[in-house]
Amino acid sequence: MALIEAERVALRYGGAAGTLALDGFSLAVEPGEFAALVGPSGCGKSSFLKVVSGLHPVSAGTARLHGAPIAGPQHGIGMAFQNATLLPWRSTLENVLLPLEVSRDHRATFRRRRTEHEARALALLRTVGLAEFRDHAPFQLSGGMQQRANLCRALVHEPEILLLDEPFAALDAFTREELWAVLQDLWMQRRFTVVLVTHDLREAVFLADRIHVVSRRPGRIVRSRDVDLPRPRTLATTFEPAFVDIVHELRDEISRVRQG
Amino acid sequence: MSEALRLKLAPWLATLALVLVWEAGCRIFAIEEFLLPTPSASLKALWDYAGAIWHNAFFTLWVTLLGFALAVGFGLVLGVATGASRLAYAALYPMLIGFNSIPKVAIVPILVIWFGIGAVPAVLTAFLISFFPIVVNVATGIATLEPELEDVLRSLGARPRDILLKVGLPRAMPYFFASLKVAVTLAFVGSVISETIAGNQGIGYLMLQASSSFKTPLVFAGLIVVAVMGIGMYAAFAWLEQRMTGWAFRGQQPVG
Repeated sequence: MALIEAERVALRYGGAAGTLALDGFSLAVEPGEFAALVGPSGCGKSSFLKVVSGLHPVSAGTARLHGAPIAGPQHGIGMAFQNATLLPWRSTLENVLLPLEVSRDHRATFRRRRTEHEARALALLRTVGLAEFRDHAPFQLSGGMQQRANLCRALVHEPEILLLDEPFAALDAFTREELWAVLQDLWMQRRFTVVLVTHDLREAVFLADRIHVVSRRPGRIVRSRDVDLPRPRTLATTFEPAFVDIVHELRDEISRVRQG
Repeated sequence: MSEALRLKLAPWLATLALVLVWEAGCRIFAIEEFLLPTPSASLKALWDYAGAIWHNAFFTLWVTLLGFALAVGFGLVLGVATGASRLAYAALYPMLIGFNSIPKVAIVPILVIWFGIGAVPAVLTAFLISFFPIVVNVATGIATLEPELEDVLRSLGARPRDILLKVGLPRAMPYFFASLKVAVTLAFVGSVISETIAGNQGIGYLMLQASSSFKTPLVFAGLIVVAVMGIGMYAAFAWLEQRMTGWAFRGQQPVG
C-alpha cells in the first residue's frame, strides 16, 4: 500500500471565489521512496505539501496517509523550507531540539528524556558535519550550514516522512550540490519517505527515485518518471549521458507545460 | 583621532556647540534674561536652587517610573494579546489608535476631577502616554513570525501556546526593549505635562511656579534637568536592551 496517496485532490485558498491551487491532483508515494515534484513556479507544488502535512484541508478528492484520510497535523512528519528560520537566540543544538520540545508526541516527556534527545540531535549534526558547531549561534553559521541544521531540525523526531519545499534554492551552486550529497546520505542511512518540491531539474534527478511533473495552476500531475540511476549518486553522475538525458527530457516536458 | 574616539566625543561636542551658540546669541543680541536666559544663567539657577530642584526632580522621577512600570505591564499583556490573536487585534487596534491620538494634555483635567491634584494624575498621564509604543512593538514582534516556521511547528502538532512561549515571545523581545527606550522618554513628557497643569510637586510644578514669577533661568534649569533624566533613562534601557537581546544586534560573522 502506498504511504501517501492523493486521489483527484483539489485545493482552493480563500473561499469559493479563491485561487484554485490544485485540481485533479493524483499521486502515490511508496514507503521509503524519494519523490520529487517539479513544475513551473506557482503551479501548486507547495500546496500539496500543505495537504500532506495536514496544514490545509483538501477542497475535493481524498488525501490519505497509511490509508487514513488526512485531517489536521499528522504524526511523524518533518518539514524544511528554503528559508532556514533558525531561532537566533538558540544555539544550533537547541534549534535542532525545538521540534521535540513542542511536538505533540514528545513535549510531555521532553525534559525527562533530554539526554537521550540531545544524543540523537548530536548524532544528526555529526552526520551533516556540524557536530563542532553545536553551541554556535545561527548567525555564526554560513547559509549552507544553516540549511544543514534546518535538515537536522526536520529529522530530529525521526519522522517517517520528510517534506522539503525548495530547501536549497537560496544557496549558491556549489553549496547546493554539496547538500544534495548530504541529504542523499541521510536518506540512504535512514530511509524515510521524501517529497521534495523543487524547480531545479538537476536537483530532482540527482536525488529522486521518481519525478512527477506538475502542470500550470491549478496543478495536477501530467507525467511521472522513474530515475533508475545507481546510488550513491555523485557529482560525476551529473555529467553522465543518462543523467543529462533525463534532465533534457524533463526540461522539454516543462516547456510544454508552461506553454499550456 | 580614531573613529571610535570621534564617535564617543561627538555627542559631547555637539551639545557643547549648542550651548556656545546659545550663550553667544544671547550676549550678542542682548536678549533679556526673562525672555531667554543664557545657559550660564540657567546653570547658575540650577546651582542656586539645587535643593528645591533635587527634591522636585526626585518626585518627578519616581512618578514617571511608576507610570512607566504600569505601562510596561499593561503594554506587554495587550501587546501579546493583539499580536497572538487576530480577533483581539481586530477588536482593539482601532480603539488603541484612537486613544493614542487624543492629546494627553486634554486628559489631565479629567484625571484631576477623578483623583484630585497631586501624584496620581501624573502617574496616570505618564502611563497613558507611554504604553502605546510598547503594545505596538510587542504585537509586531509576535505577529511577524515567519510563516514557514509556523508551518513547521504546526505540522508537529504544536499548540498555539507553545509557539507563543518558545518562539513568539523571545522573538518579540528586541522589539519590546527597543520600545522601552522610547516609552520611558515619553513617560517624562506625560508626568511633566500633568505636573505643569495640576501638580503640587515635581519639576513641572516648579517650572510653572518659576515662570509665573518670571524666574526664567529656573524654568530653563528645570528643562535641563528633565532632559538629563530622559537621556539617563534612555541610556539605562539601551544598556538593558543590549544585555537582554544581544543576539539581535550581532552582525553576520559566518565561520564556515
